[in-house]
Amino acid sequence: MSTTTTAAQGDDHGHGHDDHPKHLAHHFESLEQQFDAGKLGIWSFLLTEVLFFSALFVAYTMYRSNYPEVFQYASQFLDTNMGALNTIVLLLSSFTIAWGVRNAMLGQLGLLKMNLVITLLCAGGFMMIKKMEYEHKFHEGTLWSGNVNTIFRLDPNDVPEDMKHHSTAWDNRNGEFTMAVKDLDPEFRQKLGIFFGIYFCLTGLHGIHVLIGMILMIWLLIRAMKGEFGPTNFNAVDFGALYWHLVDLIWIFLFPLLYLIS
Amino acid sequence: MPSTNTLDRTNYLNATKGFMSWFWTIDHKRLGLMYLWSVIGCFMLGGFFAMKIRLTLSGDVDFASQTAEQMNAYNNAFTVHGAVMIFLVIIPSIPAALGNFVVPMMLGTKDVAFPKLNRFSYHLWIIGAVLFVATLFIGNLDTGWTFYPPYSTGHTDPSVITAVLGAFILGFSSIFTGLNFIVTIHKMRPPEMTWFKMPLFLWAIYATALIQILATPVIGISLLLILVEKTMQIGIFTPELGGDPVFFQHLFWFYSHPAVYVMILPGMGVMSELFATFSRKPIFGYKSIALASIAIAIFSFIVWGHHMFVSGQSELMSVIFSALTFSVAVPSAIKVFNWIATMYKGSISFSTPMLYGLSIIWLFGIGGLTGLFLATLGTDVYFHDTYFVVAHFHYVMVGSALFGFLGGIFYWWPKMYGVVVDNMASKIGCLMTFVGFNMTFMPQFIGGSKGMPRRYAAYGESAGFDGYNEASTLGAMVLMTGLFIALGSLLWSLKKGKKSPSNPWGGVTLEWMTPSPPPEHNFEIDPPVVGDPYDMTLVEWKGEEEGFLPVNPRADDPCVPDVKPSA
Repeated sequence: MSTTTTAAQGDDHGHGHDDHPKHLAHHFESLEQQFDAGKLGIWSFLLTEVLFFSALFVAYTMYRSNYPEVFQYASQFLDTNMGALNTIVLLLSSFTIAWGVRNAMLGQLGLLKMNLVITLLCAGGFMMIKKMEYEHKFHEGTLWSGNVNTIFRLDPNDVPEDMKHHSTAWDNRNGEFTMAVKDLDPEFRQKLGIFFGIYFCLTGLHGIHVLIGMILMIWLLIRAMKGEFGPTNFNAVDFGALYWHLVDLIWIFLFPLLYLIS
Repeated sequence: MPSTNTLDRTNYLNATKGFMSWFWTIDHKRLGLMYLWSVIGCFMLGGFFAMKIRLTLSGDVDFASQTAEQMNAYNNAFTVHGAVMIFLVIIPSIPAALGNFVVPMMLGTKDVAFPKLNRFSYHLWIIGAVLFVATLFIGNLDTGWTFYPPYSTGHTDPSVITAVLGAFILGFSSIFTGLNFIVTIHKMRPPEMTWFKMPLFLWAIYATALIQILATPVIGISLLLILVEKTMQIGIFTPELGGDPVFFQHLFWFYSHPAVYVMILPGMGVMSELFATFSRKPIFGYKSIALASIAIAIFSFIVWGHHMFVSGQSELMSVIFSALTFSVAVPSAIKVFNWIATMYKGSISFSTPMLYGLSIIWLFGIGGLTGLFLATLGTDVYFHDTYFVVAHFHYVMVGSALFGFLGGIFYWWPKMYGVVVDNMASKIGCLMTFVGFNMTFMPQFIGGSKGMPRRYAAYGESAGFDGYNEASTLGAMVLMTGLFIALGSLLWSLKKGKKSPSNPWGGVTLEWMTPSPPPEHNFEIDPPVVGDPYDMTLVEWKGEEEGFLPVNPRADDPCVPDVKPSA
C-alpha cells in the first residue's frame, strides 16, 4: 500500500538482490510476497471499517426494534427515488473500478484512465445527489433531536391515519398537510429525532468515506497518467478498488434499511 | 579480536543524523525508540497526576471543608491520570515501543510489512498526545477516563472535545500498528519459521494485534458519536434527548475490556521470553502458552458485560457474562503455571529483567485472583466502585503490564543501545518499585473490601479510611523513587554502560543473532539461520566475549569474532 516508492533506495544496501524489480520495496523478498502482504493488509483494514460502522448499525437495530412505528413513520421523509438513483450510480462505479483493475493487470492504461474517470464522476454524482437530499432536509427541518424545530410538510396520502389526529393545521389550498412537530407526542418526537440522528450519522460517515475514495481515485489517476501500472504493478489499483467496493456495499445496506421501511 | 558490539561501527543509531532522519524515518527500530521515549514522557505526566491524587487523599481535609474547586481539581486529576496512562502509556507501551523494535528482528526481516504506515501510526500518536496535553489547558476534564454520557455530553466544558478527539486518533494509531503486525507476522516469516516455531512474544503480539484491529474501531465510532452528540445534540446516548446512556457503556466496554488484554498480552509475551532465557531451559508448554494467547484474545470479546453488573442490564445477561468471565482465568493460569514450570530445575540467573519477571508472578497472581471476586456477581455488587476494583486493576495493569514493559526494556536495552544495564542500581530500582507498588495498592484492597468508594476527593475522619490512604501515599513515594532509580540506571548506561556483545543474556530468538546495536537493515547475513527459539543448547557462554555465541555458526556470521563481518 505505502511501500512502492521506496523500492529504488533498497537496492544499494547489498542484500544480494541485484535483480530487485523496480516496484519491489526493499524489505520484501519477492513481488508475490509484497502483493500478498498488501492484500492481507487491505482486507484487515476493510474488516476494521466494517467494525467502525458496526456501532451505528447496532444503534439502528436497537432503536428500530424498540420503536418500529417511529422508524416506519420517519422513513417516508426520505426520498426513495434519490436513494435508488444513488444506488445505481454507486453500482455503476463499482463496475467501472472492477474493470479498471482488469485494465491495470493487462496494462491497458487508456481504458484504466477512462474507468477511473467514470468512477470518479459517479462518486461526485453520488455526493451531489446526497447534497440535494441534505439541503432538502435542512430546509424542511427534518433534522436530529436537538434541532427538530420546524414543521413537516407532508403529502396527506403519506400520513398514517392514526397520526392525523396530532395535526393542528390542514392546508387544503395547497393540497398539503402541514403538521407542527410540537403537536406530536413528545416521546414520539424525541425518537423521531433519533432516527434522523442515525440517518445523518450513517450517511454522513458513508459520505466521508466516499470523499476519501475520491481522493484515492485521483491519486490512482495521476499514477495511471504517469504510466505506472502494468502486469507486475497493479497492487494500488486492486486495493483501492477493494476499498471502493466496501463503500459501495455499505450503501447497499444503508439504502433499504433507511429508505425502504414499510 | 573484533567485537560484536557495533557502537563504534555503522549501526542504525548512527547511520544517518539530524532531526528529520529520526522524525521522518521508516526504520522500525528508530520508530520503536521514539515510541519508547514518548511513552516514558507520557508516563511521567500520568505519574504526576497519580501523585496529585495521592497527596490530595492523604491530606487532613474533611469532606465538608472541601471547596468545589478542590473537588473539581481532584476529579480532573483522576480523569487525566486514567486517560493518559491508558491511552498514551500502557496501550502503546509494549506493542508499539518494544514490538516495533523487536518483531521484525525476531522474524529475521528488514522491516515491518508497511513501514510508511508504521511512521504514520507514530505521527498519529503524536497528534493524539498533543490533543491530550491541550486538554489540560483548555478546561477541567472530569468525566473519568471512560467518558460516560451524560457526563461527557451534557455539560459545556470543551476539554471533553479535545480529549475524545485525542483518544479517537490514538485509536487509529493503535489499529494501524496492529494491522502492520498481523500482516508482518503472516507474510514475512522466514520459510523455516512455522507458526509453532515462532517465539512466544510474537504469538502474544499477534493476539494483541487481533484485538487492536477488531475492537478499536468500535471505540473509534463510539467516541466520534460522543463528539457529534456533544457538539450537535444527535441524541443517541443522551437521555434528555431520548438516547440510551447504557448503550454507550456497552459499546465502550466492547472495546475497553478487550483493550485490557491489549495491555496485558504483550507483557505476558515478554515474560515468556524472560523465563526461558534466564532459566536456560526451553519454555515449558510452548503450545499451550501460544494457544492461551489466542484463547485470551477470543474470550476478551465476550465478557464486557461484567463492567455493567450494576448498570441496569438484565439479570440473565449478568449471569452469562459472569460465567464467561471466569473462563478467562483458565488460559491466564495456564501461562503462569507454565512459567513456573519453566523455572523448575532451571539454571536461574537473577538479572534485572528476570527480577521484573519474578515480580510479575506475584503481582499478576494477586491481580488475577482478585479478578475472580469481581467476576462473581454477588461479590461484585458489593465491590463495584470501591477501591477493591482500583487495586485489582492496578495489580493487573501496572503490576503486570507495566512491569512487563520495564522487564522488556531492560531485556532489549543492550540490543537498542549496545549497552548492558544489570547492576546494583537497576536491581534496587526494581526491588523498590516492587515493594512500593505493593505498599501502594495492598491498603487499597483492604480499604475497598471495607467499602471505601472510589473517586471521592475526601472521606472525613469518621469514615475510617485515613490510615489506608496514608499508607497508600507512602507506598506511592517509594514506588516513584524506584521508578526514577530504574530510569536513572538506564540513562546512566547510555553514557557509561558496559558495551554489550550481540547476545548478553543467551536468548536464542533471532534478534540476538545480529550485532548490538543492529545494522540499519537488521542483519548483515541474509537470511539469518532459523532454529528452535527455545533450544538453549544452540548458544553457549563465551567468557572472553562476555556473552553467548552460536554453537554452530555460519561461516559468515558477523556475531562470531573470528569471522570478518561482511559489511
